[in-house]
Amino acid sequence: MRYLPLTRADRAAMLETIGASSVDELYHDVPDGALLDAPVDLPAHLGEMQVERDMAALAGENMGASSVPSFLGAGAYRHHVPATVDYVIQRGEFLTAYTPYQPEIAQGTLQYLFEFQTQVASITGMDVANASMWDGATSCAEAVLMACRATRRKKAVLSGGLHPHYREVTETYCQYSDTEVAGRDGHPEHQATAEELNDLIDDQTACVVVQYPDVFGRIQDHTQLAELCHAKGALLVVVFTEAVAFGAIKSPGSFGADIVCGEGQSIGNALNYGGPYVGLFATTQKLVRQMPGRLCGETVDQDGKRGFVLTLSTREQHIRREKATSNICTNSGLCSLAFTVHMSLLGEDGYRRLATLNHENACKAADAIDAVDGVSVLNDSFFNEFTVKLSKPAAEVVETLVAKGVLGGVPLSRLYPNRSDLDNYLLVAVTETNTDEDIAALASALKEALA
Amino acid sequence: MTFTTHTGNRGLVIEEQLIFEQGQAGRTGVDLPEPQGTKSRLGGLDRDSNVGLPGLSEPQVVRHFTRLSQKNYGIDAGFFPLGSCTMKHNPRLNEKVARLPGLSDLHPMQPESTVQGALKLIDECAHWLLVLTGMPAVSMSPAAGAQGELCGMMAIRAALDARGENRRRVLVPESAHGTNPATAAACGFSVDSIPATEDGRVDLAAFEAKLGDDVAGIMLTNPNTCGLFERDVRKIADLVHEAGGYFYCDGANFNAIVGRVRPADLGIDAMHINLHKTFSTPHGGGGPGSGPVVFSDALAPFAPIPYVVKKGDGFHLVETADEDDGMQPFGRLKGFHGQMGMFIRALTYMKSHGADGLRQASGDAVLNANYLLARLKDKLSVAFPGYCMHEALFDDSFLKDTGVSTLDLAKAIIDEGFHPMTMYFPLVVHGALLIEPTETETKESIDQFCDAILSLVAKAESGDAEFFKNAPYLTPRRRLDETAAARKPVLRWKPETA
Repeated sequence: MRYLPLTRADRAAMLETIGASSVDELYHDVPDGALLDAPVDLPAHLGEMQVERDMAALAGENMGASSVPSFLGAGAYRHHVPATVDYVIQRGEFLTAYTPYQPEIAQGTLQYLFEFQTQVASITGMDVANASMWDGATSCAEAVLMACRATRRKKAVLSGGLHPHYREVTETYCQYSDTEVAGRDGHPEHQATAEELNDLIDDQTACVVVQYPDVFGRIQDHTQLAELCHAKGALLVVVFTEAVAFGAIKSPGSFGADIVCGEGQSIGNALNYGGPYVGLFATTQKLVRQMPGRLCGETVDQDGKRGFVLTLSTREQHIRREKATSNICTNSGLCSLAFTVHMSLLGEDGYRRLATLNHENACKAADAIDAVDGVSVLNDSFFNEFTVKLSKPAAEVVETLVAKGVLGGVPLSRLYPNRSDLDNYLLVAVTETNTDEDIAALASALKEALA
Repeated sequence: MTFTTHTGNRGLVIEEQLIFEQGQAGRTGVDLPEPQGTKSRLGGLDRDSNVGLPGLSEPQVVRHFTRLSQKNYGIDAGFFPLGSCTMKHNPRLNEKVARLPGLSDLHPMQPESTVQGALKLIDECAHWLLVLTGMPAVSMSPAAGAQGELCGMMAIRAALDARGENRRRVLVPESAHGTNPATAAACGFSVDSIPATEDGRVDLAAFEAKLGDDVAGIMLTNPNTCGLFERDVRKIADLVHEAGGYFYCDGANFNAIVGRVRPADLGIDAMHINLHKTFSTPHGGGGPGSGPVVFSDALAPFAPIPYVVKKGDGFHLVETADEDDGMQPFGRLKGFHGQMGMFIRALTYMKSHGADGLRQASGDAVLNANYLLARLKDKLSVAFPGYCMHEALFDDSFLKDTGVSTLDLAKAIIDEGFHPMTMYFPLVVHGALLIEPTETETKESIDQFCDAILSLVAKAESGDAEFFKNAPYLTPRRRLDETAAARKPVLRWKPETA
């Protein structure tokens, strides 16, 4: 086997040094009957060529998102990833390193994490960010738990504009810690106002969670909501699913948000059928010690040179065990590196231009499909994603579009399977990757499907 | 010869500033089309201030990250015997396959008809895990080992709730990973610690004495964090079941037994599998991982959504809690369907090895560890007697009276060109050194490592503690001041204020 270097002679010599007669003898603590004497019932080893062929066959049974005009969003976005990103993350020094427990030989990982934290804090408009979480949804759940710790309260109010998967994950995380999750599912034709959310805040409310832009694509100013939360001793958590947006719209930090968290996939990371992704998590200086996850900090070495280390680890499970701020152990290392490299390539001008291009393309697509009979665009405001109402159930229309070679969007019925009132709504995302031809193909396919 | 260079660089070791200190306005590393000046529909919330990102060209960015990479130690560079972390070779084929457009370029919300190959791949990966563990069900959702633990413990909590029982105490051995107690606490359980015996296993009598009708279950790592097989594991399973609790097995060390012992034959109810350990998906400097959880029949109905099922000729993704009558999912753990990129790599690895190769891999891992143990046991102090599994554990008593600590020794090992072992874990051993060579190391590299350690031990015994206190000497940075970092945390770059 190509990955296993021991030869028969090596094994014999090693057993002799050990003083054992066989490898099985080394397993003598395994209870009687539990030690298998033959391979399990699975295929035998294969050469590289055969494995690649098998896997390519599976790949061939899928419709690659970039192989057709594609307009899917709802928490994962197709963007162009520069070739440099994949080159850097495949360097063995990054790919095959472990958590930087020995900082003297992990400055590469530590320095990019420090840069990552700075980038995340900058785009969200917050003081500090951690070294990443597993994904946007788990970041959201961890933000709620953090707000409960920080305020010593036990209730979270979730806005109806929050992605339903984020809500489900938050409910799952909260269900066994006596934390109440309040607030109703949203509707694309009704947007909760700050006053409506304010009515749900009581003296046990740790935080209000809003999404910006929200799951239906709408953009709302949350400055007033932040003030209302703070007046009642609650925190404002702002969640996002599209990290490119902050190149075009005001940062959540400018509203007075206390925690800003969400999904970083759209910068540097492929769609990967939903994972691995990278959770971004930022907060204020005041709350930093309540934060979950790893943090990298600046320090000096013995010779006085600047260097970086993992820090404030007394919050974490390997030190605090059952009293830790979270059970999270790793971060999303390589995905956060991809984010950092892509963001470094973009820089100020590139990041803002990328966001502008996304918005312009989305405007173009909104106009093109709004002109189709049976389609109406609902959003007054949006970044690169908006909701449309169709004259037929969206899931059926999407299937018809697939047959025409267009991935036309995410039906809200997929996100809200138990809400029959949402059957005719479709969520459409448009990025810089969509061409004018793509948009025309979507409009004409919709026209045929709805005729 | 030592001297100071003008630049501070030392040959191939080049000092590298933060990207924020290198940027120039007007530079960029991307060429994007000119915007057309469309009137915005951003709800009046157009960004009106700079983000604060530096501008760098592509060659600058490539050079920056190349230089940073050269300050990192990875498996590709050398021997990385970090105990409990399983730093085995990461095959490049896995990376290549994960980047096939038909696998990497799939949106998680694509219609099922367009992703049948992806669903089949998840199902096939699940099938391998089920056969290797002998278990009837698996949840592919969890993002990492720690989330796998959460998945398993939430299923236990849900099963207890379904039984109408208010059991809230979880038994956790002292030697457990910190994630175990942290996870139990996150599920609303209290943690009761079980002591270890003199031979590094669960103290069966103490365990039995702690059982009661308030016990939800046990979280047991097997092979355990001392690198030993819990020889009473079946008895432990029987006792916890008789007491009405469940057996959660931390499968972090499944790599020692894969293809040779099926956890189902040991009586477990749930176990997470770290795909980044046993099945070699890259550690990536701290993730992403993946932690599928196998379940017994008792816990299977409570597995979270989503999950893949066979339906007619194809595959279907169950995404709602009430779709499937027989199931009572405890919820959802992740935004979408799990770490697909890791399933691809793990399945590629499993197919490459096959049933025969996986069995060989675990056997070689255990052989390598025992060989290392045999080579070091006369000079270092072995923590527990007998053979080990995939990793060898020592305490620091061999350093007694030398003035050298486990940390000092580890730092000197860095100068010898190796990544150190795991230090000070597990906590049950004083000054622990946990060494895991893995199956992908040659006998020659293990010999070289052992020779280096033995020479360092001789040096420590000769009274040269001062040498160790100041190690490492040859690294891009010397020992870093962690106390200062924590006292006044600087967690981001900020522009110099005039």
